[in-house]
Amino acid sequence: MIEIRTHGRGGQGSVIASEILADAFFREGKFVQAFPAFGVERRGAPVMAFTRVSDTDIRERCQIYHPDHLVVLDSVLIDTVRITDGLKKGGWILINTGEDMKDSPLLKNNNVATVNASRIAIKHGLGSRSAPIVNTAIVGAFAAVTGLVSLDAVQEAIKAFVPLKEEENAAAAREAYENVTRIEMKK
Amino acid sequence: MKKTIMGNHAVSYGVRASEAKVISAYPITPQTHVVELLSEMCANGEIDAKFIKVESEHSAMAACVGASAAGSRAFTATSSQGLLLMTEMLHWAVGSRLPIVLANINRAIGPPWSIWTDQNDSLSMRDVGWVQIYCESNQETQDTIPQAFKIAEQLQLPVMLVLDAFFLSHTYEIVDILEAEEVRDFLPPYKPEIKLDVNEPHSFGNLASPDYYMELRYMIEEAMGEARELIKKTGKEFGERFGREYGLVHPYRCDDAETILVCSGTVASTVRAVIDQMREEGIKIGSLKMRVFRPFPFEEVREILGSAKKVAVLDRNISFGGHGIFFQEVKSALYGFTDIPVVGYILGLGGRDVTPEVLREVADKAINDKNPETYINWIGVKK
Repeated sequence: MIEIRTHGRGGQGSVIASEILADAFFREGKFVQAFPAFGVERRGAPVMAFTRVSDTDIRERCQIYHPDHLVVLDSVLIDTVRITDGLKKGGWILINTGEDMKDSPLLKNNNVATVNASRIAIKHGLGSRSAPIVNTAIVGAFAAVTGLVSLDAVQEAIKAFVPLKEEENAAAAREAYENVTRIEMKK
Repeated sequence: MKKTIMGNHAVSYGVRASEAKVISAYPITPQTHVVELLSEMCANGEIDAKFIKVESEHSAMAACVGASAAGSRAFTATSSQGLLLMTEMLHWAVGSRLPIVLANINRAIGPPWSIWTDQNDSLSMRDVGWVQIYCESNQETQDTIPQAFKIAEQLQLPVMLVLDAFFLSHTYEIVDILEAEEVRDFLPPYKPEIKLDVNEPHSFGNLASPDYYMELRYMIEEAMGEARELIKKTGKEFGERFGREYGLVHPYRCDDAETILVCSGTVASTVRAVIDQMREEGIKIGSLKMRVFRPFPFEEVREILGSAKKVAVLDRNISFGGHGIFFQEVKSALYGFTDIPVVGYILGLGGRDVTPEVLREVADKAINDKNPETYINWIGVKK
C-alpha cells in the first residue's frame, strides 16, 4: 500500500488534490481511498488530506500517520506545521515553491521535489493572483516525481473532478509535470 | 460503471437507483452532500422525484410521513442533532407503518459541539422501531439503499441506514454504480395496499383505545421479527443479481477463533487488517461485524460467538450509567446460552481515530487482561 499525505491551506484545493490523485490511480486499476482531515474548513487554515493506493482492497479506515510521500501546497507550512511527522525515510516531499531547496534540512531523510505550482496556476487562470488554486498543477508534478501514476491518468481524473476550466487545469498539470525539479536525499 | 465517489454520494446514487419519488431534507454537516447531489439529480431530471425543502428536520420527516402515507417512496438524510429533532416524527413513521428510508450519518451529539463520528445519535433511537443497518464501505452504502426500500415496503416498517461521519461520508473510494434500470426488477415500484386517497378515504394514526393499542404494538414487533429472515433473503437476492451479498452479520476468521472482536461501522473494516496480522503471529482471533442492529440478530450472534473462549465488544457509543450499547445487546443475546466472558470497550467517541494500533491494543487487552469484565474499559482516554 502507498500512503500519501497532502498539506495545504483552505482554498488551495488540497482535499480535491487528494481525490484527483486517488481517481488517477483508480484509472490505472488500483484500489484507492481519499479523504480529508476535518475541523478547519476555513480559507487559509492549514488542512490535511489523505490518499491510499493499493493492489488489493483497502480496509484501513483511519487517518494516515506514516505516509510514504508528502505533497505540500504551501511551502510556509514547512516551518509552521510538523509536516514530516511519521513520514517514512526515503519518500518524496513535493513542494509548491519557486525557491531553491537544495540545502533544505528536509533532504536529510527524504527526497525533495519542487515545482512553482502557484506560478503555473496563475498562468492558466486558476484562482486569483493572490490565491491561486494549485491542486491540479501539483498533482501533475506528483506523477512526474514519483512515476507511480501516468500523466494521462492524472489529466483524465482532473477532467472528472474539477467543476470548471477542465482544459486549463489539465494544461497546468502537464506544465507542472514538465517543470519539476528533483533533489535526491543526501546520503 | 465504476467511479471514485464519496460515501455521501454513494447514498445519493443508491436513492437514484431506487427511484424514490419524494425527497425531503434539511442540511446538516456531515450529511449535506447527500441531499445536495439528490437535489441536483432532481433538477436535471436524473431522478423523477419531488424535492421538498423544509425549515427543520422535524418537518423533513413530517414531509416523508405525508408522502409515504400517500403512497410515494420517500427518503431523507440527517445527522446527530437533526435526527434528535426528528424524534417525534420517527415514532410517527413506525406507528403509521410507513416504509420510509433514512440515511443517518453518525455524528456525535453536542454539547460540546462535534461534527465528528460516533453512534450515540442513531443508537439513541434504539427503541423507536426503525430497522437499523450499519455500513462499512461506500459500495455497501449504495447497495443497502435499494435493499432498505425493499425490506421497508414488504414489512411496512421504516429503515435507517447508518454510516460513520467523515471516515465514510467524506471518503472517496471506488463504487460500482447501480442504475435504476437494473434495480427495477429487484425493487419494483411501491404500491401500498392502503394509502391516503381522496377517492377512497383512510385515516392514519387515529386514536386507538386500550382495546387496540397493544395489538398494534404487537404487530410492529412481529414485523421486526420477520425482518431478520427478510433482510437475509433480500441481501442474498441482491447478491445473486449484483454479485455482492449482504447479511445480518459478517463474521471474519471466526471458525476456530478463541477471541472474537465484535465491531460495527468502519471499525469493522479496519479490524480485519489487525485480525490478519494477529493470525500471522499464530493468534486465534476473529471479528464479527454487526451489520444489522435492529432487529438484533440474536441467533447469529449466539451461533458465531458461542464457540469462542472470549468475546470483546467495541463500542463507539456509550449509554451513560450503563455501558457500550452493542456490549449490552451482545451480552443479553448470550445470556443463558454460554458463560464465556464478554468484555466491553468504549473507543472512538466524537471522531477519535480508531487506528489498527488502537485495535491491536484492544485485542491484546482482551486476550491478556485477567479480569476485564468487571469494569468499563475506556480506550485512549487522557486522564
